Parts: sequence; C-alpha cells; structure tokens
Amino acid sequence: MKKVLGIFGLLVFICIATHIMSDAFLTEFNIENLIRRSALFGILSIGAAFVIITSGIDLSIGSVVCLIGCLLPWMLVERGMSVPVSLFAVLAVSLLIGFTHGLLITKIKLQPFVVTLCGLLFYRGLTRGIVHDQTQGFRGGFSGLRVLSQGQLPIPGTEFGIPNPCLILVVVAIAAIILLNFTVYGRYMLALGRNETATRFSGINTDRITILAYVICALLSGLGGLLFVLDVGSAQPVDFGNFYELYAIAGAVLGGCSLRGGQGTILGVVIGAAVMQVLKNTITLVDAIPTNIEYAVIGAVILAGVVTDEFVKRIAAQRRSQVAQRVE
Amino acid sequence: MTESPSTPFLQARGLTKGFSGVTALSGVSLSVEQGEVHAVIGENGAGKSTLMKILAGVQPQDKGQILIDGVPIVLNGVDQALAQGIALIHQELNLADNLDVGSNIFLGREPTRLGLIDSKKIESQASHFLSMVGLDIDPRTLVETLPIGVQQMVEIAKALSVNARLLIMDEPTSSLSHRETEELFRVIEKLKSQGVTILYISHRLFEIETIADRVTVLRDGENAGILEKDEISHDTMVEAMVGRNISQFYSRKRCEPGETLLEVKELRTLAWPQHAISLEVKAGEMVGIAGLVGAGRTELLRAVFGIDKSESGSVMIADKRFSGHKCRDAISAGMALVPENRKTEGLILEMGTRQNIGLPALDRYRTAGIFANASREREASDQMIREMHIKTPSDWQHVRYLSGGNQQKVVIGKWLSMKPKILLLDEPTRGVDIGAKQEIYRLMEELASEGVAILFVSSEMEEVISMSDRVIVMHEGRISGELAREHASEEAIMHLATGGQVQDFSKTGNIK
Repeated sequence: MKKVLGIFGLLVFICIATHIMSDAFLTEFNIENLIRRSALFGILSIGAAFVIITSGIDLSIGSVVCLIGCLLPWMLVERGMSVPVSLFAVLAVSLLIGFTHGLLITKIKLQPFVVTLCGLLFYRGLTRGIVHDQTQGFRGGFSGLRVLSQGQLPIPGTEFGIPNPCLILVVVAIAAIILLNFTVYGRYMLALGRNETATRFSGINTDRITILAYVICALLSGLGGLLFVLDVGSAQPVDFGNFYELYAIAGAVLGGCSLRGGQGTILGVVIGAAVMQVLKNTITLVDAIPTNIEYAVIGAVILAGVVTDEFVKRIAAQRRSQVAQRVE
Repeated sequence: MTESPSTPFLQARGLTKGFSGVTALSGVSLSVEQGEVHAVIGENGAGKSTLMKILAGVQPQDKGQILIDGVPIVLNGVDQALAQGIALIHQELNLADNLDVGSNIFLGREPTRLGLIDSKKIESQASHFLSMVGLDIDPRTLVETLPIGVQQMVEIAKALSVNARLLIMDEPTSSLSHRETEELFRVIEKLKSQGVTILYISHRLFEIETIADRVTVLRDGENAGILEKDEISHDTMVEAMVGRNISQFYSRKRCEPGETLLEVKELRTLAWPQHAISLEVKAGEMVGIAGLVGAGRTELLRAVFGIDKSESGSVMIADKRFSGHKCRDAISAGMALVPENRKTEGLILEMGTRQNIGLPALDRYRTAGIFANASREREASDQMIREMHIKTPSDWQHVRYLSGGNQQKVVIGKWLSMKPKILLLDEPTRGVDIGAKQEIYRLMEELASEGVAILFVSSEMEEVISMSDRVIVMHEGRISGELAREHASEEAIMHLATGGQVQDFSKTGNIK
C-alpha cells in the first residue's frame, strides 16, 4: 500500500510541476485526452502485470495491439463482416494467442522472453501480410461502435465527462483486483511467481495458472488494440502499437511489479501506466524540455523509481533484522 | 519375520535406491511406532536424506516396500504421501514468503465462498493450527517479515493442516537459534502427546538425546542398528555411526613442513559472525577440515579466498596480509580455490578444456594489451592435459561431456597453471570414480612435496584421515578441535564434529 502511495505521490508531483510550467496542461481538452490515453495504456499494463507476477514476460503486447487494431476495421470494412462476428473473431484470436504462449512456455518449457519475442515479430508480419501494408480505417462509419472509445459519460451539472475508455479501465481493474486478490487463481499466481516449487508441492497445477496469466495478458492486449483503433479511427500496420509492450511493462514495473515475480498491485500498475502518459504529455507541453529527448526522460524516471524502491526495501529489511535481533 | 502384536504405524522394508550407478540406499528397513519421536542418524552420505525423500514421495524407491498400519502403499508424488498423512518439512523452507501466514498454510486448499477466497475462514482455521505449534501471531502477517524459526513453525502448522499423522523433519534446527530450537522441542512434545508421529533427522546428537524415543542408525546406505530409549547417548550414537574399519586406503609420503604460507587470524564469516577462526598452514603441509554438512567449512574457505566478505579478521597469504580482500587479491598473491561444486562454480561447461584452463591466466598474458594469448593458452592446457592425464577427445570438447573425474582435473589444472603457493580444495573428490580419486590424491601429494600449502575440506573420513598432516574439525561455525595425524581416528573426528569436547574425549580413552 505504501508503494501505491509512493507512485501516486510521483503522479501528483509530475502533474503539479507540469501545470506550473505550462498553461496548456490543465485544459479540458488536454486532461480528457490524457485520461483517455492513460486508460488505454492502463489496460495493457494490467495484462502485463499478470504475466510479470508469475515471473514471466510478454513482449508481444504491441504486436497484438497491431494485429487486432488492423483486423477489426479490415473485417468490418474490407470484408464486410458484421459487428458481432468481427468482435467475436478478434476475441477468439486474442484468446488463441495467449493460450499458445502459455502452452509453449509450460509444456515445451520455452523461455517466456523467447516465445513472446517471436510473437512480437510474428504478429506484426502476419498483420502486414493480411492487409498488404494498407492502412485500415472505418471510413467515417461505425460511429456506434466507436462510441466505446470516443464517447464519454457526462458528469451531471458540469460540461465535463468521463471518457468511456476510463470507465472500461475501471471495470477491468476491479475485475483484476478481485481475480488477483480474492480468488484462488490470483493467490496461486502470486505464490508460483515467488516460489514455484513450494506451489507445486502444495498440489497446485502451476502450468494451468501460468497459461491463465498469458491468456489474460493477450485478451487485454486485444481489448487494448480494439479500443486504440476505435479511438484513432485507423491503423497503419507498419507502426500501429509499436513499442506499446515496453510502455505496458514499464507501467507495471513502475507500479510495483517485480520482474522476479510474486509482487504487484493492480492499483499501482494503473497509476504507473498513468505516470508514463503524463510524462509524455509533460515533455510535449513544457517548452524547456526538447521533445526529442522523450525516451531519455522516461527511461531516467523509471530507473529512478526502481532504484528508490530498491533502497527503501533494503532499509526496511535492515530495520526488520534489527528488530529480530533485539527479540533474540 | 514375525509380526509384533501391535503393527507398527510405518514400516519400510528393503528400500534400495541408486543414482546413476551409485547406491545411496541398499536394503534399508525402518519401523516407526505411532506417536513416537524416531530419529534417523548417520554420517554425511549415509542415506538419511534419500530415505526421507522416498518416504515423503519426492522420489520413488528402486526396490522395497512401504507399509502404513501394515498395509502396503505406493507413494508416487508428494500429494500421494500427503494423502497418506505423511508430510515432509524441508531442510530449506518451502513457503511463498510474499504471501501471508494463513495463505501459506492453506495454499492449494483455500476455502472459498461464492468463488472467492474466504479469508475469514482461513484466518480462523489458521489460528487453530498456529496455536497447535504454540504460535500466537496474526495469520495475516507476511511470511517474509518473520524470523526463520517462526517460518519453520508455520511450515509445521501447514503440515498439520493436512492432518499429517507423520511429520518428517529433515535437519529442522539447522538454521534455528538456541531459543527457537527449544521452542521447536516443546512443539514436538505437544504433537507427540496428540498422537502425531515424528521422524527426526539431525546431525546434532545432543538434540536427539533430548527428544528421541528411538534411533535408527544408517551407515553407507545400510542399517547399522537401532537404539532404544535407554540406550541413547552421545557415545553409543557415535559408535554406531562410525563402527567401520578404515583401511589406510591411500598412504601418502609426508614431507617436512616449511615456513607458514597461510595464516588466518580471528576471521569471522558472515554465516557465523559469533565465532572467530584462526588457523595456519605451512609450505608442504596438508591440512584437512572435517565436520558435518553445514558446519561452516565451505563458508570458511570462501571467506579465506575472498569470494565472500568477512565480518572481521585478516588473512595472510604468502607474505601479504589482507583484511577484507577480494578473490582477485588472493589469486594474485598466489592462492587458488577448487570449489565445492565444479559444475556451477568451477567450470564453464560449454567451453573446452583449453579455454577453461586458460581462463584465470588470460588477463595476465595479454598480447598488445587486449588480445588473448592463444599460444600460451594452448601450451598451458597441453601441459595440464599431459601431466594430469585428463582424458578428452580434444581440448575443444565441451567439458560438459567429460566424466566427473576428468572435469575435476580440469578445475584443478586451471589453477595449477597459475602456479599457486596455497591451494584450497572443497570436497576435491566428490562424485569422481576411484581411479580419478587416486590420481587427485597423487597430485595433491606432489604439490605438497613441491612446497604448496594445501587446505582442504572433505566429508569423507578416509580421505581426511589418510591425506591430512593435521585435521581441523568444525562444528556449528567454530573449530571444535584439532587432531594431529596420529590422533585422527574416525571416532575422534565424529566426536568433535557432533559437538563433543576435546577434554571429554581424552577421558574416554579412545586416543591411543
């Protein structure tokens, strides 16, 4: 919980600092846009978190976003398929991807890094092949469907509204919190991420739990891809979703997940993903920071975050052993 | 065999188990009564841990039968053993320490309500099992915040929660403090009174004197007797454990020791900071360190070599005195360590003999500042392959595919090419065949006669006794005694290694 407060403090700090340095930050348009982007990346980060908690990794998130983001308009516009069929198809594809990752990792015992790295390459190449490198868009149609991403829930009595992706994130996050903290599956993920042997010796089918984590991640990547393309309106297969896996993983790590596994909170991860987006926004808005060093700033902030965390942990461990010695 | 009037709770008959040709257990039998604390003792490698693993379903036996209440059972996997009420408390703790106590106790058997974990129920039931082991802690406490002794109790509580009727405790006190050990004994007494049977493995004979009702002794993978309650004493146990005829299976040439090359002064290792250790080894002298597994021998060697930091103290290597040195300093001063585990610490398995032998000297013989000196590397490796009779199809053959003995020769050769003045060896002949053993002994002998100071750790009694000029015995992180060659008998070493006193020992008159 302290960790969540820490990362929340960082978010607030960056927001205040940006507001002081730029008038454009606290405008209705900017904030709404920021919330929308944060929510979309938050969904991806939650998926990444499940995999990371089981001490795995998923590098294919961005390519899955690309695949789904291109497939959806392609099926609707180019192939003239119906909305329910198309939605069902992208859901099935995401599910299949996650299941395949899980099987390769648990049954053939490949390393998650390798499996999902191949996925990263494979799904992008596949997408470009299917759509022949052509940008896929809705051509002004399907506005009913696009409300999912573009619409908002008006707050009564004000002219503001909550963007729909934010509502979807809230639903996903609540479901994820329940799954991780209150069901046996989440408990097993935490246990196996920290001590796989002990978990197996407790009679738990660890393979099944691992597969579940990759399925969740792929499903949320697919959902992310769907919402991203509905938001933007078109997807270019060459670079749609490029590097999104890194933002997702960085958000999860910043939010308190350890790549060693067994650690992480959904709330922290959501805030971590938001920090990433606010930072990008800051770099764009504040004139003193040249836009071309964007990645350097983001890298430095994440590094500073995890270094601080490591030191805090060390101090806590020291204090604990001192207490233990006194008890002796 | 006639059945006793009451069938024993657990019986094992003729258990045999081999690992790639080496027999760990051969025809071992065991009979445990309901509600007793039954200890299993034996030297390093006597087969205790193998026996326990078979009983807990961790690995299957090759031959033999296990009966519970007189009924033969098959144990295929830990869960089947658990279903029979047999639970193993591992030597290394097996908890997910990022979860709380209650979650660990019920891991894999969480009570649920409406599909969600019923935390209330876990808490209340966990409290019940925690109180059975005398713990008054909140089940919501994170395991990683608990001291190791309490974690051990949590593990016992976890075993009790599956209604274990037989608890197997493998060296349960190895990481516990004195107070925690006493607490554990209280819990064991309490469990006993509730009818739980305990199989207790320990090197610490004093503990066994305190709590065991009966003792089964193993020696070299075979039964070596049973001691009833009134027969259990430190001396009877030591006698039953050793009772072997040691033929001087390698008689070695001795040489007159020269000047002191290694002097360890008041060294405190991180593992055992409460004990300061001092020792010295002279040129041409071979000193063996004996003791039971976990006595702190490896930690001592590592601290002397500088791989591990030490708390305080100093080490003199040749004529340089160091405190808080790194192994780089030790190596350049003329020291080398042949580590305990050659596959993980001694070799790069995916490299050939030549590259492995060349590795430590690579830095010293650079050409033009940055290039590896390939010809020198080849010469060094050719020389070692020749002198040490390393059998390999070529010096490029990955050492992974060599036999254990040849691998060990590569590790030793790697350091000999550096011409060390002081050689530390940790279990130099573990897992090598008898022929390679003899060659390694001959090599050690040669090095000593050339004036190298040798300090080695060994768990093999024959090896320590026949190779050493002096034997240092360690017990729980301290040197419990030192024996000159003529006094180094197996009994004397075992006595010191299990915590006996030097003076006690001279009174028993076992020293000639």
